[in-house]
Amino acid sequence: MIIDPVTLIVALITVSTPVLLAAIGELVVEKSGVLNLGVEGMMIMGAVCGFIVAHQSGSTVLAFAAGMGGGMALALLFAVLTQLLMANQVASGLALTLFGLGLAALLGVGYSGLPVPTVGRPFPDALQDLPVAGPILFSHSALIYVSILLVAAVWYVLARTRIGLVIRAVGENHDAAHALGYKVVRIRFATILFGGACAGLGGAFLSVIRVQNWFEGMTAGAGWIALALVVFASWKPWRVLLGAWLFGGIAALQLRLQAAEVGVPVALLDASPYLVTIIVLVIISSDRTRAALSAPAALGRVFHASS
Amino acid sequence: MTALLDIEGLTKAYPGVVANDDVSFSIQPGEVHALLGENGAGKSTLVKMIYGLVKPDRGAMRLGGAPYAPAEPRAARGAGVAMVFQHFSLFEALNVAENIALGMENPPKPRDLAARIREVSETYGLPLDPFRLVGDLSAGERQRVEIIRCLLQDPKLLIMDEPTSVLTPQEVEILFHTLRKLSAEGTAILYISHKLEEIRVLCDAATILRLGKKVGECTPRDVSAAHMAELMVGKTLSVPARDDHEPDEVLLEVRGLSVAPASPFGTPLRDVRFEVRAGEVLGIGGVAGNGQDELLAVLSGETPVVADAVTLEGKPVGALGPNERRALGLLCAPEERLGHAAAPDMSLTENALLTGRLRQGLDRRGFVDWGKTRGFAERVIDRFDVRTPGPGVAARALSGGNLQKFVIGREILQDPTVLVVNQPTWGVDASAAAAIRQALLDLAQNGAAVIVISQDLDELVEISDRFCALNEGRLSEPRPARGLGMEEIGLMLGGAHGMHEAAQ
Repeated sequence: MIIDPVTLIVALITVSTPVLLAAIGELVVEKSGVLNLGVEGMMIMGAVCGFIVAHQSGSTVLAFAAGMGGGMALALLFAVLTQLLMANQVASGLALTLFGLGLAALLGVGYSGLPVPTVGRPFPDALQDLPVAGPILFSHSALIYVSILLVAAVWYVLARTRIGLVIRAVGENHDAAHALGYKVVRIRFATILFGGACAGLGGAFLSVIRVQNWFEGMTAGAGWIALALVVFASWKPWRVLLGAWLFGGIAALQLRLQAAEVGVPVALLDASPYLVTIIVLVIISSDRTRAALSAPAALGRVFHASS
Repeated sequence: MTALLDIEGLTKAYPGVVANDDVSFSIQPGEVHALLGENGAGKSTLVKMIYGLVKPDRGAMRLGGAPYAPAEPRAARGAGVAMVFQHFSLFEALNVAENIALGMENPPKPRDLAARIREVSETYGLPLDPFRLVGDLSAGERQRVEIIRCLLQDPKLLIMDEPTSVLTPQEVEILFHTLRKLSAEGTAILYISHKLEEIRVLCDAATILRLGKKVGECTPRDVSAAHMAELMVGKTLSVPARDDHEPDEVLLEVRGLSVAPASPFGTPLRDVRFEVRAGEVLGIGGVAGNGQDELLAVLSGETPVVADAVTLEGKPVGALGPNERRALGLLCAPEERLGHAAAPDMSLTENALLTGRLRQGLDRRGFVDWGKTRGFAERVIDRFDVRTPGPGVAARALSGGNLQKFVIGREILQDPTVLVVNQPTWGVDASAAAAIRQALLDLAQNGAAVIVISQDLDELVEISDRFCALNEGRLSEPRPARGLGMEEIGLMLGGAHGMHEAAQ
């Protein structure tokens, strides 16, 4: 059984990126006090829109923009339902996932197996050919570097800037934020759309770069893993990155183990990334009082601007 | 001299109720002006209009001679109006400096802000560490966060909505000292309260509201508290009466009770011990967040503990759940009416069933006897003068005071051996509060033991036989309530939390 650690690490980064993008978007949404369970639906909409545009236009930049647009369109629907019409967030989110899966399947009819352009890599070949560091650090497509920068940016904005403070305040106590004159609904609209764009981008990465194909249900629960990551990472951006890499690592590893035909049932190997990620994150966040500290206190509660 | 704020004919109506009807008054610079009234008199709506949270239907305001119509709180703050809220305006998971920055238009850099917070807090004798989490602060300290948030913006008018309801007497002294200093510097203060003695001590002028209308104004120093109360309520109030009697055998005993908190901002209970006897009212005072909720949860059975820690008539009940305790006669009425004492969207009948099922026998072999349940709800409504169209109305639709009468009455009519109530008259107007207190006293008179957890010290002194105080989860030794002075009570409440005015 030969598993090359370098290719494993390269693979894990690629595998983890869709989940990472979706999770970091959802983290911002939840920090503003909104629970959007429609991540899976927004991701698959991103996947199908990105794939269609990549095939039709041949431009990956347009494809990613379309993926973000697809995710945002669904997020907009969710925002209108929950923020303007005060619908229940859990029910709306679940409906959004089902709606997204169905709509994506409809849009994607006939696109399976069609070619998409390959994506350039930002670093020169000389760097990519370095031993060990070359493949691990420099061989990826630009979007992967963008996703890691995005984690850093989300951390910085939430922890250090005024807009981040306002987002956290709205998620902590929307009545108090309203009393101080902050536009709770407007801020939540913005974060929900941001979350949709991130999930859509993650979906587009999946279809255009990683799999380079479209098929129904291709997100295969990645959106749900992203949701779980946010909670078990205690709403901390860097822990989301760690969790995503763990998930990607196990997923990449189990594929290699399957190929090496180890004596473990395939079904168990298939399930292992989900199991291991959740178990590890549960252990990390097992100190309930500390985890509760960073949990947005107004998460999922409907805000009525009554006064 | 032109008035700082002139209010003329402000009117605001909500569907079905006129919150303010043609209210006019004015505030001079540096004046401490009291706004007096019972719950529902329209005080909150009035100040919300001044602070830009609510738009008046009619009427005009002038600030410093210029027309003033703030569209939102931001505009009000810009014009020099600041407000300290009664609740709902701090973020527990954020630190003091972050909380203050959120209330400012152009907050300085965190380090400069921390320095300014320290500076202002020293000047006004309100010590505060900018980097502590608000969730870890006492109620008095939280209020300081709000006051400093306002002071950093050099307000011309500071609105304070019932600022002393959660403070110990010593903390009230410190607050008044700060307010007098502000007023001497020319800041006007609009002070909302229904505590008459406080207003007589602090305020220069008072406007009294009743049912949305201005019913009078007076100079509080020159009139008696009783006179103001009559203006406020529109009738004379009776003080709860009781006969002298000797307490009987011990009904409820708590020994060596220590419990870890359930939430990150909860308070642990530390070695709590007390006993209550038949016919006795035990008052437990303390500033909010010192373990009251946790103690109630232990007594009601929501937080089970070791069996021996709580005994009811000699039987260990510590490990039993709420229903088993109800069956034995230990009943509780928690503080939070909507969502804890009552299910907001369920009817009064259904709410009556929720706690009355066992003792009133409202079900038979798992089927609810709705006729009997409705009868029980109607008895509660009738006996405790709950103002509602009928028992089919949702709990949410009742005003706070009426719902409070219902949830307390529901437990009293079940003929408890021991009744535990937390903040029985919180947010209830004076006449309803008197009725609830009388009912509690009558219950004790008839041989039950009553534990009243409250932050209203006047209430505790009025109805308790013995008084003890919760401070950071520790319960002081109970003392006879009769003859206990406010000074002693304040010290029992924990020496005002180790806070003193900043060294002069």
